[in-house]
Amino acid sequence: MELLSILTTIIHNGVIYATPLIFAALGGVFSEKSGVVNIGLEGLMIIGAFASAVVTLWTDSPLLGLAAGALAGVLLSILHAVASVTFRAHQVVNGMAINFLALGLSIYLTKQLFNGSAQTTTLKTLIPKWDILWLSEIPYLGPMLFKTYPTSYLAVLVVILCGYLLFKTSFGLRLRAVGEHPAAADTMGVHVGRMRYTGVLISGALAGLGGAIITLTTTSNFSYSTISGQGYIALAAVIFGKWNPFGVLGASLFFGCVQALNSSAQVLGFSAYIPTAFIQMLPYVLTIIVLAGFVGKAEGPKAAGEPYIKGSR
Amino acid sequence: MTLAVEMKNITKTFYGMKANDDISFQVVKGEIHALLGENGAGKSTLMNILFGLYQADQGEIRIHEKPVKITDPQMAIQLGIGMVHQHFMLVDKFTVLENIILGAEPRKGTSIDYHKASKEIETLSNQYGLKINLNSQVRDISIGMQQRVEILKTLYRGADILIFDEPTAVLTPQEIQELASIMKNLTDEGKTVILITHKLKEILAIADAVTVIRRGKVCDSLRVKDTNEAELAEKMVGRKVTLQLDKEEKEREGLVLSLRDVRARDNRGLEALHGIDLEVYGGEIVGIAGVDGNGQSELIEVITGLRPVQSGEIVLAGDHITGLHTRQINEMGVAHIPEDRHRTAIVMDMTLSENLVLNSYFKEKFNKRGLLIEKSIKSHARKLIDKFDIRTPSESAKIRALSGGNQQKAVIAREIEGNPKLLIAAQPTRGLDVGAIEFIHRQILQERDQGKAVLLVSFELEEILSLSDRIAVIYEGRIVGIVDPKETTEQELGLLMSGRIKGKETADES
Repeated sequence: MELLSILTTIIHNGVIYATPLIFAALGGVFSEKSGVVNIGLEGLMIIGAFASAVVTLWTDSPLLGLAAGALAGVLLSILHAVASVTFRAHQVVNGMAINFLALGLSIYLTKQLFNGSAQTTTLKTLIPKWDILWLSEIPYLGPMLFKTYPTSYLAVLVVILCGYLLFKTSFGLRLRAVGEHPAAADTMGVHVGRMRYTGVLISGALAGLGGAIITLTTTSNFSYSTISGQGYIALAAVIFGKWNPFGVLGASLFFGCVQALNSSAQVLGFSAYIPTAFIQMLPYVLTIIVLAGFVGKAEGPKAAGEPYIKGSR
Repeated sequence: MTLAVEMKNITKTFYGMKANDDISFQVVKGEIHALLGENGAGKSTLMNILFGLYQADQGEIRIHEKPVKITDPQMAIQLGIGMVHQHFMLVDKFTVLENIILGAEPRKGTSIDYHKASKEIETLSNQYGLKINLNSQVRDISIGMQQRVEILKTLYRGADILIFDEPTAVLTPQEIQELASIMKNLTDEGKTVILITHKLKEILAIADAVTVIRRGKVCDSLRVKDTNEAELAEKMVGRKVTLQLDKEEKEREGLVLSLRDVRARDNRGLEALHGIDLEVYGGEIVGIAGVDGNGQSELIEVITGLRPVQSGEIVLAGDHITGLHTRQINEMGVAHIPEDRHRTAIVMDMTLSENLVLNSYFKEKFNKRGLLIEKSIKSHARKLIDKFDIRTPSESAKIRALSGGNQQKAVIAREIEGNPKLLIAAQPTRGLDVGAIEFIHRQILQERDQGKAVLLVSFELEEILSLSDRIAVIYEGRIVGIVDPKETTEQELGLLMSGRIKGKETADES
């Protein structure tokens, strides 16, 4: 019985940790499917987390905070799109620049706005948890999955929506074609640049939303450590999830649960047996093991990372 | 007689070079019109202008006798022009159906209406005899079917003028015949076909009219029934050409290379060579005939040590070379002209002289305790430039600046210079013009005449037939027959290459 309730706690927290990863990783899917590697997910999450903290403090509305996070992500991702698509800069280097820029910019603005403090004041209004009627009363399963933040329920809906968009609509077919073989898409009258901009901007919105969710559900303020590697783990989830929204859902839940295991270790008394440092390493070590074990079989979009030059052979 | 396409006084300049110089030509509706010319003559430029990929500097285009300005491919498609590219423009992870509808998807609500699309495409495929599997992924279907998908892509968009860019380069003789009958079907239905090619036989077999382009200019437009192969060749090259190689009979010498039951995997980990047995003697050229992707690349890679051998043995003049490192094999006397010049034969951004010592820079002559001796590398380069007539501004020019033919001469110079026992020539004349081809064929024959063993891999059957002393046909990773080029025909080779008949293991005991 003891074990079951431990598991309940871990999965409950796992879902909460997974939620921002799902959004950011879905963003990564759109960008990569269109042929633009987006290592800047971390930076987009940072700027989203920052913007949502500030706007929620100003307006007392977490909903507006979420919107601000998404918008900030879009604005920053325009930079990535312009550099990678229009000016054909190296996408990985670009992404790194986005990460540094986002961190520097948001800490700087925080200091400007909060009298030199490196973190924002704590938010008074956060997103409340929702109990789903009936379902939340199921023993174990209820507390695991149906007494959580509405953003987690939203994540599942967005996964389904993204799956539909990518695999059932013209937009999805064209986006994927541009990421696989841009010259083929171009000769069929698909605007390669336009599709890639769209892919990158969607990734900005989703990753920004992911960052906002971390502020508004877990940390309740913004500081330099609000986003600490989640963007990179989301990137890993894109690959582990094989560039498929449903795969990404599974991969994010996996990484979320590992993180939950890590953070509950002390509470649950594991740390008596294993040094905490090792438990803290767990998400990252597992990421490496998982990617090394599965990436060989995963095949990403063929033209990801390659700028498209019209008329080149 | 109405004109489907008329191009008048088209001029297009790239970096000061006239790729098209005042070209005019007319295509009659419902005909197959061939554009003949060597590589770099300007045929592709002209067709890319027609398809809207380039803009002409000067000139006028008329489609169905109306003047038009074609600014992008989208516009060309609207005018009913479709292009079947030489390098297929297909997304290999997509299904055939998805590839055909991409960019012109029928919709039902917000989703793609796949049902309607497949019905429409099936109608077209029946009408023109284009057999396809709509739901297969492109990477799983044959090259021939990929080409039919390309044709359907244009028809689905309502094309009535179809441009084929070197369509037969990748096909077997049987597939070429099939394509010819598809083209006839198209013209029977009132479509117009423009065929870009440098192969004379095809033109005589398929086309109604031909326009010959040389160095960016039209040198003649004629009816196919009024001409012949020799005349076309002369017009294309600008001088009399001997289509026949003078090859002297030569007694073969001792055994140089033998493979026994060699097995190897491809990059995906699937077995690509299923037990290859092959022998090459000194003083003979053994041609490997086969359709691309039947294990030719893997075969060369196992001999040269670029790919691990799963089982079997490879012997070079009495020495086992199975599993040795590439440099060791090279030092033991295996020279290799790789099939992909730009990817594996040369380093494009290094100079000519550097490229010429890629297989010997570590030798004492060029290297003193880890430092390169530039002086001797350069004089070595100058020697080879003279000997092999490599046209270059200097030995220090980047090899990228050289023409394809001269790049290939450099590769051959580097490889032959080491006096190898075995020369492996993979696609040695791919993408080269007639002049360079002649030169390279002579070099290969010369090696054979000096008693070297030559293993030639080519997808050009004519090349295999005219150079080889024996032909080994490879199909799905097996040698399915060894034939004597003097006693075989392209038809027989084509059947062997497509695995439809089993060859007999003859010619071995001669």
